[in-house]
Amino acid sequence: MEKTETAHAVHTRDIEGAKMGMWVFLFTEMLLFGGLFLLYSVYRSKYSAEFHGSAAELDIVLGTLNTVILLTSSLTMVLSISALRKGHRGLSSLFQGMTILLAIIFLVNKYLEWSTHIHHGIYPDSPALLAMERGQIIFFSLYYVMTGIHGLHVLIGAGVIAGTLVFTTQGKLGPDNFVMLENTGLYWHFVDIIWIYLFPLFYLIV
Amino acid sequence: MNARENSPHSVSFYDDSGRYRGLFSWLFTTDHKRIGILYLISVLSFFAVGVTLGLLMRLNLIDPGRFISERTYNSLFTVHGVIQIFLFIIPAIPTTLGNFFLPLLIGARDVAFPRINLLSWWLFILGGLIVVLSIFTGGGAPDTGWTFYAPYSIRTASNVSLALFGVFILGFSSILTGLNFVTTIHRLRAPGMKWFRMPLFVWSLYATAWTQILATPILAIAVLLLVLERSFGIGFFDPTKGGDPILFEHLFWIYSHPAVYIMILPAMGVVTEIFPVFARKTVFGYKAIAFSSLAIAFFGYLVWGHHMFTSGMSDTSRIIFSLITFLVAVPSGVKVFNWIATLYKGSIEVYSPLLFSLAFIFLFSIGGLTGLINGTLSLNLYIHGTYFIVAHFHYTMFGGAGFGFFAGLHYWFPKMFGRMYNERAARTACFIMFIGFNILYFSMFILGLQGMPRRYFQYLPQFRTNHIISTIGSWIFVAGLLLMFGNLIWSLRKGKKAPGNPWGGKTLEWQVPSPPPRENFEEIPVITHGPYRFD
Repeated sequence: MEKTETAHAVHTRDIEGAKMGMWVFLFTEMLLFGGLFLLYSVYRSKYSAEFHGSAAELDIVLGTLNTVILLTSSLTMVLSISALRKGHRGLSSLFQGMTILLAIIFLVNKYLEWSTHIHHGIYPDSPALLAMERGQIIFFSLYYVMTGIHGLHVLIGAGVIAGTLVFTTQGKLGPDNFVMLENTGLYWHFVDIIWIYLFPLFYLIV
Repeated sequence: MNARENSPHSVSFYDDSGRYRGLFSWLFTTDHKRIGILYLISVLSFFAVGVTLGLLMRLNLIDPGRFISERTYNSLFTVHGVIQIFLFIIPAIPTTLGNFFLPLLIGARDVAFPRINLLSWWLFILGGLIVVLSIFTGGGAPDTGWTFYAPYSIRTASNVSLALFGVFILGFSSILTGLNFVTTIHRLRAPGMKWFRMPLFVWSLYATAWTQILATPILAIAVLLLVLERSFGIGFFDPTKGGDPILFEHLFWIYSHPAVYIMILPAMGVVTEIFPVFARKTVFGYKAIAFSSLAIAFFGYLVWGHHMFTSGMSDTSRIIFSLITFLVAVPSGVKVFNWIATLYKGSIEVYSPLLFSLAFIFLFSIGGLTGLINGTLSLNLYIHGTYFIVAHFHYTMFGGAGFGFFAGLHYWFPKMFGRMYNERAARTACFIMFIGFNILYFSMFILGLQGMPRRYFQYLPQFRTNHIISTIGSWIFVAGLLLMFGNLIWSLRKGKKAPGNPWGGKTLEWQVPSPPPRENFEEIPVITHGPYRFD
């Protein structure tokens, strides 16, 4: 009795399983940021006046621009998945490239924003910051840490999309095998959603 | 595809296959059984380091200052804690016995993500080595205690950042294992293996895996913030900059209390497999045991505040945390009574796995019941930060999770290695360890009630007798450990060849040869009934 097919059974793809693993992973990411949101809410209630004042110093135009950029990148990500499912590898690669480009623009904006603050002497443990109110110290530290860890996720996301872009052009990803791109998309939307929360918490609630 | 791979079921998983031979075929394996063995070797190596550090601590406490300096002692209890918790007791059962047996128990060929499984082992080794490296480099070994409480962990010049970075990576490894197990249990059960036909060890791994997934990220962010605090002075936990050190304690225990259940739940699962087999009787209250695992995991989330009764918290929160802590005892009690009821009127055969399991029940019960004393608000204020706490968590973690691990090791050793060990030596070792353990740690309960604070290098003369008793216990215990591992290691080569099913178990892993073939099952089994049918 030969059972050769069972040896192959290991290598068949379980798309449902792969997606489930990704969702569980995103859940852990959410909890990671959850710890930061917890700190934010505690300190916001403790230092509401200082938070109020400090938030006014952030550049709402740059913040809004970045929100638009990240939302657009989510759109191009979805379009790249649709294109791949329909078999248009070239179009999918184009949209993936656009997503990476938007991610880079987002990070450049963030860099400009950070360097303005740093130029004014406001960064964690700086003499100018330590001279401020305690609530302001905490506000700016939270701002740097939360947007920093988020920016790191944007960077990682862009790197992963660069990987799927290579796989797409090499033909390793295609209409029969797009779960990797779909999971990358899930991750990208997650990064987007975190920003959707960070934006009002730091820029809008003044 | 070559000729060998055409009949994978006839080849033991110990025979190399695939691209590499020898060592590399192990280091780059994606076989869950080989990864289980890799984890076993790594976890036991770290355990040896942790035990050695513990022995040195006990040695100091016979005559403080004679063998070891104050600074070294602080590092000893810190690194002992970090290694035993993050590198031994948390990964001990899920990554070794869990990796090896989860797919076998549910009738699968591997876990859902074999490559991620290998990645998690590599991350484990990387994180572990970084933790070990932190002992020898920078400002010296960390001296904060394994809890890394701020603000001291911000101020100390010792190598806390590197150790925290290691813990961060270990967290990644733990999350990936949990993620893998949850997906495996959902997706890869054999046909007919309904949820309530799964062996109860699988249920406990399932509850554990969710806890790993839901709790570990909080530890990750807590230690990451501490590293940022030390490198950039962000001030979240620094009162001089408007931060609050108590918030670090909250974040730390939001992970570290559920982590206690990451440690104990798999051990409960192991003994639940063992009792029916050696009582030749189906398990009593299958669903109650399955649900109690989930209940322990659930309530485990809501009790972290009981570590902080003296840290500064409102009375309302303290009363609520105390109340929910008592609730955890209910599902734990359900399990203990079900194990006893499984043994009741069974035709019991006493072999070493059962002896270790009985030791588990005894030691875990003492640990659990003293947990209720700790959870009582008024008593906690009296015993907080004393040796009573040290005794309590060693009874639950080491007496509980540790003995559960040893029970599982003796139960599944023939399956994993295809050899039997010397039964008499195993029983003797179990007996010596049980005696040594109680001498070592029960004296700490008394020391704690007398008022001996934990983590102190020096003590008043009235504590001397019990400290000496405890240290003598540590020697007896380690003698038992050496005998146990010596027996197992000797048996790897010299033991008798193990049959496929030496204990007469009914679960799926006993239906394949020992050691299991590379693809686990010749044909994926179809399940028609529950796991413990002894007719």
